[in-house]
Amino acid sequence: MLYREAGDFKTSYASDNQTFPIRFDRYAYWVVLLLAVCVVPFFLNDYWTKSIIVPFLIYVIAALGLNILIGYCGQLSLGTGAFMAVGAYATFKLTVMAPGLNVFVVFILAGLVTAAVGVLFGLPSLKIKGFYLAVATLAAQFFLIWLFTRQGWFFNYSPTGMITMPVRTVLGFAVTGPSASAAAIYMTCLFFVIVMAWLARNLTRGTTGRSWMAIRDMDIAAEIIGVNPLIAKLTAFAVSSFFVGVAGALLFGVQLGAAEAGEAFGINKSFLVLFMVIIGGLGSIMGSFLGAAFLVVLPVILKVLLVDSLGWPSDLARHLEVMIIGALIVLVLILEPHGMAALWRTIKDKLRLWPFPH
Amino acid sequence: MLDSTEGYVTADGRQIGGVVMELKNITLRFGGVEAIKNISFDIRKGEIRAIIGPNGAGKSSMLNVISGFYNPQEGDVIYKGYKRPRMRPYQVARMGIARTFQNIALFEGMSVLDNIMTGRMNLMKSGFFSQAMWWGSAAREEAEHREKVEKVIDFLEIQPIRKTPVSRLPYGLKKRVELARALAAEPQILLLDEPMAGMNVEEKEDMSRFVLDVNDEFGTTIVLIEHDMGVVMDLSDRVVVMDYGKKIGDGTPDEVRNNQAVIDAYLGVAHE
Repeated sequence: MLYREAGDFKTSYASDNQTFPIRFDRYAYWVVLLLAVCVVPFFLNDYWTKSIIVPFLIYVIAALGLNILIGYCGQLSLGTGAFMAVGAYATFKLTVMAPGLNVFVVFILAGLVTAAVGVLFGLPSLKIKGFYLAVATLAAQFFLIWLFTRQGWFFNYSPTGMITMPVRTVLGFAVTGPSASAAAIYMTCLFFVIVMAWLARNLTRGTTGRSWMAIRDMDIAAEIIGVNPLIAKLTAFAVSSFFVGVAGALLFGVQLGAAEAGEAFGINKSFLVLFMVIIGGLGSIMGSFLGAAFLVVLPVILKVLLVDSLGWPSDLARHLEVMIIGALIVLVLILEPHGMAALWRTIKDKLRLWPFPH
Repeated sequence: MLDSTEGYVTADGRQIGGVVMELKNITLRFGGVEAIKNISFDIRKGEIRAIIGPNGAGKSSMLNVISGFYNPQEGDVIYKGYKRPRMRPYQVARMGIARTFQNIALFEGMSVLDNIMTGRMNLMKSGFFSQAMWWGSAAREEAEHREKVEKVIDFLEIQPIRKTPVSRLPYGLKKRVELARALAAEPQILLLDEPMAGMNVEEKEDMSRFVLDVNDEFGTTIVLIEHDMGVVMDLSDRVVVMDYGKKIGDGTPDEVRNNQAVIDAYLGVAHE
């Protein structure tokens, strides 16, 4: 009964165009935001923060980035892991070279560095499309990881080949390094998620977003009605890489604290984020959240269920976990090929009319 | 022959202006195939200019030359008195030339409204960062252009479907949305590639009415390709007839109808 458009009249084009056209959705959004900022930080424990909440938030940013590229602009990329590595290594080099710089500024600069690298590796997209482009971005994946594991300059010639994040504070709270509290790292990641999701929504609702979607849906027609394909594709690569770079910076700086390119940012990462985007829903901001939640939270729930509750040996549980997740991915895609965001949309459409079926 | 600056008055009393676009000795080749052979004709301001001809005559290629999708090997496109250099299609679009496609080329994943808003792409000026923040010019501009788009939506009578994803629309409506997208760009020349293909009689009547209304209301110059001779003869002021890449006739519908070469092309004679 609450979920109705009736009576909620729009009197301006701006209000007709808002993100949550239904009043209930608007209130729900602000309540969730308020809970996330004001309540959740007081109920965090280390395990839940480090193993579920922070990874979820970080992968939301990465999934948003990849969704802009694949879901909105239709350019397939398998280089996500490497672009996250660029963000991580840029963070490392920047913190070492400019120790006084605020770590939030460092994360944003790392994103900008990644955007520049992304544009460079996005250049082939002007000539090649689809699977061929995916193969071209694979080159980025392998080349960049090779660079970060073989060229000493990038990890300051540390004998282990690892990069480690020094302690940095913001407003007196340590947000990186081993002494950072659960609440501090949670708030850091949450801040970036809120800002980035807002940016993603704004960019996809306006002219830039429409030019991306035009290129995705029919590039020839897009060009004939006036979309410059060069600008559209390269901005998509830049924005997408910026998001992915920030995600990589947070993954290294806030969550892991120490990383090695081949291990932390291998091709597996690229596929993980790609699965999130596909399962969550291509071309949907909500889908990026749902996809990241699905692939980050589910393994932990399965582990708790199988190992802690049922008392199975952990190696057996780990193998089963992979199989169950694989089966669930296939199931979701059979039930709803457009991902969980489309499922969510169907539920909302049904709710609007509830209790009547039509 | 008319002078390039002086206009003429049509049979139904509309005043037509001077030449807005002139195609001079256009030749277009694909490898060894000559799709267009040395064709010249002009388009005058405010007229409805039809291009007709049997299948494979080179009509669509001609339209693609005008919209900048193909660059002809020989000949010039003279637009508003200036020779047009080689251009990418999006640059041609920015000069006020919009088009629809023979096989509908809408953006299937977007709503009707977004499709039409995309048509206004070139008229929107707000910068990237303004859009990212949705602050100042971007938000204001979105509402302003939405108002213009709503006028086009009213004009083409597609209000009930504005939020519908294009992929769910039937064929006839898609054709109308495509016309709306082209109109939203406020073009000076509108190119219509078979706007009535595959439509039933009522839909053809609707579409014909829209074409005439567009021309009448906005003074848009229209170049159209169409196979339905009844429609062409009724709508157009002047007709170019093509066959095998050559121009075989050019003039008012009545002149063209009585042209022996045109009759031969349509009814068929042995080509030597």
